[in-house]
Amino acid sequence: MRDPRGVEANESDQPAVSAGSLTGDGPADGGAPAGSAGEAELTGVGTSGRLPSTATGGDGDHTGKRIVREIMSGSALVSVLAVVVALVIGGLLIAVTDKRVAAASGYFFAEPGNTFAAAWTAVSEAYGALLRGATYDPGARTWLGQLGIFETLTFATPLILAGLAVTIAFRAGLFNIGAQGQIILGATFAGAVGFGLDLPPVIHLLAVIVAGAIGGAIWGGIAGVLKARTGAHEVIVTIMLNYIALSLVLYLLKNQLKAPGSTNPVSPAMKDSAVFPLLLGDNFRLHAGFLLAVVAVVAIAWLLNRSTLGFELRAIGANPSAARTAGMIVSRGYIVVMLISGALAGLAGVAQISGTEKSLDSEVAGSIGFDAITVALLGRSTPWGTFFAALLFGAFKAGGTSMAVNADVSIDIVLVVQSLIVLFIAAPPLIRAMFRLKTPSTRGAGA
Amino acid sequence: MKLELKGITKSFGSLVANDHIDLVVQPGEIHGLLGENGAGKSTLMNVLYGLYEPSSGEILIDDKAVKFSGPADAMAAGIGMVHQHFMLVPVFTVAENVALGKEATGFAGVLDLEQTRKKIRDISAKYGFDVDPDAVVEDLPVGVQQRVEIIKALVRDARILILDEPTAVLTPQETDELISIMRQLKDSGTSLVFITHKLREIKAIADTITVIRRGKMVGTALPSAATTELAALMVGRSVSLALNKADATPGEETFRVRNLTVMDDAGHRLVDDVSFGVGTGEILAIAGVQGNGQTELTEAVLGLHKHVKGSVTLDGRELVGRNVRQVLDAGVGFVPEDRQIDGLVEHFSIAENLILDLYGKAPFSRGSTLNRAAIARHAEAKVVEFDVRTPSASVPVGTLSGGNQQKVVLARELSRPLKLFIASQPTRGVDVGSIEFLHKRIIAERDKGTPVVIVSTELDEVLELADRIAVLYAGALMGIVPGKSSRSLLGLMMAGLTATEAQAQLDASATTAEGELS
Repeated sequence: MRDPRGVEANESDQPAVSAGSLTGDGPADGGAPAGSAGEAELTGVGTSGRLPSTATGGDGDHTGKRIVREIMSGSALVSVLAVVVALVIGGLLIAVTDKRVAAASGYFFAEPGNTFAAAWTAVSEAYGALLRGATYDPGARTWLGQLGIFETLTFATPLILAGLAVTIAFRAGLFNIGAQGQIILGATFAGAVGFGLDLPPVIHLLAVIVAGAIGGAIWGGIAGVLKARTGAHEVIVTIMLNYIALSLVLYLLKNQLKAPGSTNPVSPAMKDSAVFPLLLGDNFRLHAGFLLAVVAVVAIAWLLNRSTLGFELRAIGANPSAARTAGMIVSRGYIVVMLISGALAGLAGVAQISGTEKSLDSEVAGSIGFDAITVALLGRSTPWGTFFAALLFGAFKAGGTSMAVNADVSIDIVLVVQSLIVLFIAAPPLIRAMFRLKTPSTRGAGA
Repeated sequence: MKLELKGITKSFGSLVANDHIDLVVQPGEIHGLLGENGAGKSTLMNVLYGLYEPSSGEILIDDKAVKFSGPADAMAAGIGMVHQHFMLVPVFTVAENVALGKEATGFAGVLDLEQTRKKIRDISAKYGFDVDPDAVVEDLPVGVQQRVEIIKALVRDARILILDEPTAVLTPQETDELISIMRQLKDSGTSLVFITHKLREIKAIADTITVIRRGKMVGTALPSAATTELAALMVGRSVSLALNKADATPGEETFRVRNLTVMDDAGHRLVDDVSFGVGTGEILAIAGVQGNGQTELTEAVLGLHKHVKGSVTLDGRELVGRNVRQVLDAGVGFVPEDRQIDGLVEHFSIAENLILDLYGKAPFSRGSTLNRAAIARHAEAKVVEFDVRTPSASVPVGTLSGGNQQKVVLARELSRPLKLFIASQPTRGVDVGSIEFLHKRIIAERDKGTPVVIVSTELDEVLELADRIAVLYAGALMGIVPGKSSRSLLGLMMAGLTATEAQAQLDASATTAEGELS
């Protein structure tokens, strides 16, 4: 039981849904270039016909780059509206599945007001419970129940780190779908150090953190090296590496890393010296990993915006041809960014195993690796945007249970809302059309 | 067929690309549409061709208002268009390309190409096109591909033919052939709209000239109007078309290319055993029709190509085998051919683009931290020095006009001490006013004693800037001739004759290409 509130049953099918909606949105978005801006870009690519051929690859997938750029060019407003629209549709679903609404709609034509009143009650109760569960609920019996905000932060911690992993790869033009596998590897390395070694208190935790980062970096680095040396597409490679990571950890859990005497594929518990200290005492799960995540946000923000390396990575992401012409080594950039990205995802694995899970099993990454993609997209691939998007998703997780218990609404609604957010974020033209927002034009039209 | 545009306005958001444009094309007339890049010519033609819907205004054909919801409607109404970039399937034959979109079919939908072949032969015979319906398009020279586009329009019974910058990809000789084709079409009653920014050509062929500037119609003129007059209308102020350039005083030959061969991955020779040298304080222009190895030559010098044989030396130091960073650090300034692909990062600000290859150097960074104050100061100074028209240096470079984008690239490459300056197509897609400015900066760099290599497919530009001219054809050097050589000589060399062969042919023949245009 990793989650004290019993969300367990729900999590196993979450990755499948998230992954499904992600693979689905690519072609859909590609087929709908956003008006004149999209067209301009299409002709620009189509007519140049002179892209230098190199072994480093990464120039060929211009459609992919265009989709990524289209997603990233969405304004903050689009992100906010995507959440709002997703919540509205979620609300409609709550209303139509509510028993009281169904009862009232039986005499809809006699008394239409009753149906609407029932719907309003159902939706406001559900979302009210969600909000209170994620922030502050004066009516709850325990401290833990009252201050859901800290549970939100706990859930957000690995999402922040994994979201940053996706974000930084994104900025260098790579779509790292492999955060899931990198988290697993990070957690495995961290776990091996955490329960396998005996070290002095502070040093042990630091060693665990470093080991986790290295584990993730190795897994991300494989994709980076393959991309740089052979041009293998990082999306395919990272997806495949996810499966390998999962199988690898299962193998290790059945053999080398299995807890002595256990029949289940579960590792021994982390040593006390290898665990993040709790920040607010024993009543709350919030741990020092959250501080690590905040430090990571600040560090990545500096790296991307203030450092020469970040300048290089952003240039490579926005226009690899121009970056190469300006003397940057694009292939090296791909390797470096995948090492950093993998390390961040590895830290998310550390946050899991040293923060909340305390032992390694094959479910250690939950759906974090996939949610991280949504979080990064919702945060428009900026470090602080990712931070706040992760908080929102943490709130969904923390509040979802409360909604299920207090308002008798299935926790699956939260999943629906999350998936709708993915859909709307991935299709900014849809949101823009819905709210009649102007298409951001990068280039003036004309002769 | 008479075509009339009345008060056509097309806006994209707040940008008005066409502002109340009135245009009448009389039957059997060649109507020249003159304007700079970005003036709104192509937008107007896309409105006419049904690709854009006008925000207001109407289109009349033979005095009847028509409304097009797509190119199919426009074609049905008798409008044909030859795009600047050909809309042909390279691996299809001529007949297949012509049939595409309007395939004649026989029993059970079986493709009947014989009809199309016959039509192509008829049209070919009528206008002397010399096009084989069964030739594969990618094997044809560019000039012939363009004829295929024209045939495509004619097969669909186009009575008005729009030609969008048709001469951009042609040699001077091919341009002359195109002009004679246009005359024949006109004589057979087809109306033509000829879009260009080249004054010389429009004066040679058009019956009436309409000038567009910044989306507005600024005047009409007859082809007899003076070139400077037309240029002034197009730019909105008087421009000096002739550069006052002092003669070069070439010094020591510091940049040498010896037996340079560049191959693609399949082993085809893109640059074939080319040797030349450039002295300090001299501009060598490399002329040639697009796609004859110029791009690869410059990219090989910069270290962007893998399969390079031969030697490139700068001040005696070998550059072949070095990476781009090392070549740039050796003192090479490089303006790539396509600024949007290789020269700029569109989403980056002007300031960031100005340090795209300098970010690792003082004062722009200290250790691994960017010095944002120094970057901003640098940007402010360069924006003023190079007259980049922008509200601020922090706007994305993609929002600037082509001319201003190119100024950013040149500002970056000229803002450090250079030992060699290479510029590919330094003024492609740049307005006339900016061209003047950019040319002056290039000559100023020459006068500082830097060897300069200019690659250009525009003969006007080559003749204006060059102290010596090298002509490339199919990757091989056809010869190096003095900067004041005749257009016809260069034209023949661009078509694959060596300098001596071309001169011999000119001496032997009295009909020159020059006669057609002057």
